[in-house]
Amino acid sequence: MNMTRSFFKTFFLTELIQGLAVTLRQFLFRPNITVQYPEEKTPQSPRYRGLHAQRRYPNGQERCIACKLCEAVCPALAITIESDVGPDGTRRTTRYDIDLFKCIYCGFCEEACPVDAIVETRIHEYHFENAGENIMTKDKLLAIGERYEAMIAADKAADARYR
Amino acid sequence: MIPEFASNLLAFLPEWVQFVVWYGVVAVILFISVILTMAFLTLAERRVIGSIQARIGPNRVGPFGLLQPFADVLKLMVKEIVIPSNSNRFLFVVAPLLSVIPALAAWAVIPLWPGFAVADINAGVLYLLALSSAGVYGIILAGWAANSKYAFLGAMRAAAQMVAYEIAMGFAVVGVIMAAQSLNLTDIIEAQRGGVLSFYWFWLLPLAVVFFVSGLAETNRAPFDVVEGESEIVAGFHVEYSGMAFAVFFVAEYVNMILVSAMTAVFFFGGWLSPLEGYPGVPAWLQAPHFLWFFLKISFFLFCFLWFRATFPRYRYDQIMRLGWKIFIPVTLVWIFVEGLMLVYEIGPWRS
Repeated sequence: MNMTRSFFKTFFLTELIQGLAVTLRQFLFRPNITVQYPEEKTPQSPRYRGLHAQRRYPNGQERCIACKLCEAVCPALAITIESDVGPDGTRRTTRYDIDLFKCIYCGFCEEACPVDAIVETRIHEYHFENAGENIMTKDKLLAIGERYEAMIAADKAADARYR
Repeated sequence: MIPEFASNLLAFLPEWVQFVVWYGVVAVILFISVILTMAFLTLAERRVIGSIQARIGPNRVGPFGLLQPFADVLKLMVKEIVIPSNSNRFLFVVAPLLSVIPALAAWAVIPLWPGFAVADINAGVLYLLALSSAGVYGIILAGWAANSKYAFLGAMRAAAQMVAYEIAMGFAVVGVIMAAQSLNLTDIIEAQRGGVLSFYWFWLLPLAVVFFVSGLAETNRAPFDVVEGESEIVAGFHVEYSGMAFAVFFVAEYVNMILVSAMTAVFFFGGWLSPLEGYPGVPAWLQAPHFLWFFLKISFFLFCFLWFRATFPRYRYDQIMRLGWKIFIPVTLVWIFVEGLMLVYEIGPWRS
């Protein structure tokens, strides 16, 4: 009995037809889910970890206090910090480099920072044209921070109650 | 054979030159249409399979990606044709031609619309079978001439597979010949007159299925594409080919797909006949035989090619051999016997 059943099952190609029905259903009735990237974009989380930035306080003072926690926590050793006493007598970084080729965008630096100075923004569309541009210096980081402060502040506010 | 307007136009030439010119022009037109169909089939394949996999597929070059095939051709033309240093140069260059010429030449006997086939010869079926087998030489020679183990493996697989499925395909066609009592393709179509149910697929369903599936195997399409099996032998017989030499193999494969669809339509689905013929209440223009019916049938079978490719995983080599020798050939033989009984006792719409 079982053998005859499996014989007819094979000969009438039942399983093959079931498989064809699955693909045909997808072809006829289900929408394509492709996002046409440059024109359409998928929604991003405020926690998105993209390009780095350094922030300033509203009065223009740098947030970074050169505590070097980010340098210590960085698993890829991408951050290099040198510090000195600044003109106003506080401790400031004289050098703050992030090598984006080493960086793995884990976000630990952002989490380690006690003053929310180093952050990862939602910017993910950037490129380098020459060797050396992958080193994000302090100036570059601060420039990004100034340019996107509104977005960074909004993202931080959106995430604030979970932190 | 030359229509009036053409013979008037060419009246100043001797008669045999008129023949050469007229058939030359027809052949070129047919060639261009087949190549264009093939070009858009490659696009259709990528769009259809894309859609089945919930993707969009190429849609950037031109409206709906319609210019994509031409972009591909341009790319392939610009690429270098590498000839391996240890290959057999002559065969390596000739092999792509050997596979594409039979594929294109076979179109000569396909009846395209009522009363027209480039060459309406009496042994059309034989001609088709002969040319579709001749295409294997190109594949085998390509694999051998490249002097590469992967290409050679692919060629050996192609040889074994084609031998096995050629027989099943031939038997399936024997059933059609028995039913139509003719080897002429136009006659075979005419014999199927009378709507969907008098097309041969209805009475010869096992043969129709075997024929189409053997056609899949014959053209080395998924799920029978062990010949080019990417996962184990890279690209099979055409690993060593690049640029236009590769493109010619590609053309041959796709033209063969269209050819197998056309053959299935002619042998089992009434070619250019309307499937609605003879049904009361259907307007006359829908009942009339037309090229578009043929086109629709071919399109449907081509869609099946793509659909199967998107659905089934590749058969293992031994499973292919088993299917060909131990299932298809006995099934066709049994059904030919059954058909013989039906012919003798006059069951079914046979020509007496």
